[in-house]
Amino acid sequence: MGEKMKLTGAEIFTQVLIEQGVEVLFGYPGGSVLNIYDALYQCQDKLTHIMTAHEQGAAHAADGYARATGKTGVVLATSGPGATNLVTGIATAYMDSVPMVAFTGNVGTNLIGKDSFQEVYIAGITMPITKHNYVVRKVEELADIMRSAFRIAQTGRKGPVLVDIPKDVTSAECEYYPRPKWTPPSAALPQATALAKAAQLINQAKQPVIYFGGGVASAEAGPELRQLCEKAQIPATYTLMAAGVLGYEEPLNLGLVGMHGCRTSNKAIDEADVVIAIGTRFSDRVALNTSRFAKKAAIVQIDIDPSEVNKNVQVEHWVIGDVKAVLRALLPLVEAANHGPWLEQIAQWKEQDYHPIDDNSRLQPHRILGTVCELTGPQGVYVTDVGQHQMWAAQYIRHLQPRSFLTSGGLGTMGFGYGAAIGACIALNKSRPVIMLTGDGSFHMNLNEACTAVSYELPIITIIFNNQVLGMVRQWQTTFYGKRYSSTDPQRKTDFPKLAEAFGAQGCRCQTQEEFEKAFRWALEQKGPVWIECLIDKDEKVLPMIPAGGTLDDIMMS
Amino acid sequence: MQRKVISILVQNHAGVLARVSSLFGRRGFNIDSLTVSATNDPGISRITVVVHDDEKVLDQIMKQTQRLEETCNIFRLENEKSLLRELLLVRVAANAHNRGELREIADIYKARIIDMAPASMAIELTGEPEKIDAFLTMLGHYNVLELCRTGITAMARGDGSKHIHTEKGV
Repeated sequence: MGEKMKLTGAEIFTQVLIEQGVEVLFGYPGGSVLNIYDALYQCQDKLTHIMTAHEQGAAHAADGYARATGKTGVVLATSGPGATNLVTGIATAYMDSVPMVAFTGNVGTNLIGKDSFQEVYIAGITMPITKHNYVVRKVEELADIMRSAFRIAQTGRKGPVLVDIPKDVTSAECEYYPRPKWTPPSAALPQATALAKAAQLINQAKQPVIYFGGGVASAEAGPELRQLCEKAQIPATYTLMAAGVLGYEEPLNLGLVGMHGCRTSNKAIDEADVVIAIGTRFSDRVALNTSRFAKKAAIVQIDIDPSEVNKNVQVEHWVIGDVKAVLRALLPLVEAANHGPWLEQIAQWKEQDYHPIDDNSRLQPHRILGTVCELTGPQGVYVTDVGQHQMWAAQYIRHLQPRSFLTSGGLGTMGFGYGAAIGACIALNKSRPVIMLTGDGSFHMNLNEACTAVSYELPIITIIFNNQVLGMVRQWQTTFYGKRYSSTDPQRKTDFPKLAEAFGAQGCRCQTQEEFEKAFRWALEQKGPVWIECLIDKDEKVLPMIPAGGTLDDIMMS
Repeated sequence: MQRKVISILVQNHAGVLARVSSLFGRRGFNIDSLTVSATNDPGISRITVVVHDDEKVLDQIMKQTQRLEETCNIFRLENEKSLLRELLLVRVAANAHNRGELREIADIYKARIIDMAPASMAIELTGEPEKIDAFLTMLGHYNVLELCRTGITAMARGDGSKHIHTEKGV
């Protein structure tokens, strides 16, 4: 028992946040959280509250904060619409296993269940999109529930937890006993027999390939993964969630896999005799056709979550545990190898990979991204929205580091980017350039957060790939729907540079590569947010592409 | 496909049933029956679920349910190693002519007549689901007015207790 004192629920709220090591939270005030906001006012020296334009932006900001650092992101919203506005943000974090704690106010306990003003059953609404959630019924429960929320968010497979706090709980008083910050216990050692069998399968492989995902990024197991690749000379391919874990130029890094991955990556999985799946979940954007995925291979799966084993694709063998701990234990058991003929075969396939052709007559996505990486350098943190620009970013951004490619992979949330970029920029305390890549479709969803970037003087550079249409949907309509462009050509007249100025930011428009280079150099020197609108062709496609449910036989290269 | 019975020990919190059923709904798991019951530990409830799915689906049901914060333990109850019981309440149209026959059938199945009315009777039967099925087949020749089965509740045979009453992660 520590020193005890009598505090209100709202004061306990701030004390537990401080106790759990929280420094920043994102949110938006309202009636049910007035007491909490009053308590936050009292401890501004210890807790920084970032107010966004919309609760959805706050949720994405908490998510971006967590993705950029590995720390738990915290978001606070009022009851009713405040709470429901968090839902997309929580679901986004849940699908990508991002540690987050969302706090919502609720009406007083005497008003719950009476359809009171701004009352909503947010615990019911978020049940399927949180690891767990709580409704705090008594002030005495508050501190321990909050501590559990932080523990659950960071334990095992990470994810969001919601804590709903009725208003009277925030005003009621009780004794508060400080506790130390919860720290995760060291990872349990993986089972020796499971490891030995995994090593045996890997050692016997003639044509092995590693297929890794966000679990490796989350466990920060990049160095161990690299050692495994290098020791046994195993080529590796990654999902969208693991971009940046291995360097773009590393010889054993084959590149992105899946629907818009390179042909070589998909071909290697098709032809492999052993596929080592690490921290990945065989999603339908990668295992496009589950009955044909890695058909010739014995799959060895390493994951922290047992429920991922045999969920989408049946595997030969699995090792359950923290990816970093498993790889560390596995490394000594894996024999050095060279797999020469296999790597030669892969090198031949690489020659047939898709490469975009430069065309000076128009501004092209791959060249924009080339310039962005070159001028930003290896310190850049890239945040995307969802659509064509997201896939181009995944394909053409080099110089990535771990935790530097923040994207909504699982839920595919258009409008994720700006909030997430704000969260990342705050988390990194403006120490690294934050580049937000978006399309005109995605950006229209949540560009209101520009006011937040202006208020907090965040030097986020937003690059808008403006093709005037919803490019990804339109690409599918071109390919699969006989060019019937239903509702993808909205004829908007938004003037992005003027809109940026209206928010108090700066903006410019580019139509050529030269203009873009100049604009981007200028943007890197600005102190506040900048928007660069890039006018690109509406028929620009993301290539290659394997259609949903398809196989390598269906790949489109032009 | 064969019937499979799963027992889930959960923390006895408000909303825990909603959590389990929300999970089943979201993942598209079809269940035949689900019962919730008290246990010898007031902090723990038992949810008994019956499914007719293949082993792959069953494996997913168990693993996904295990992920829930309030799941303490989950295990399969193999038919031959378990005590499976169900309660039936059935009201059958009955008159002076067939009342005797119905009583005879009830006696054979050790069912109890628990309510009599001028034109009907209500019968109670507890037993393994197969016994209840067989009894209902016999009643198929009569006019069943109302029927209610509780779904299976079950526990393992023998001395071994599967109650592992530990709070998760603490």
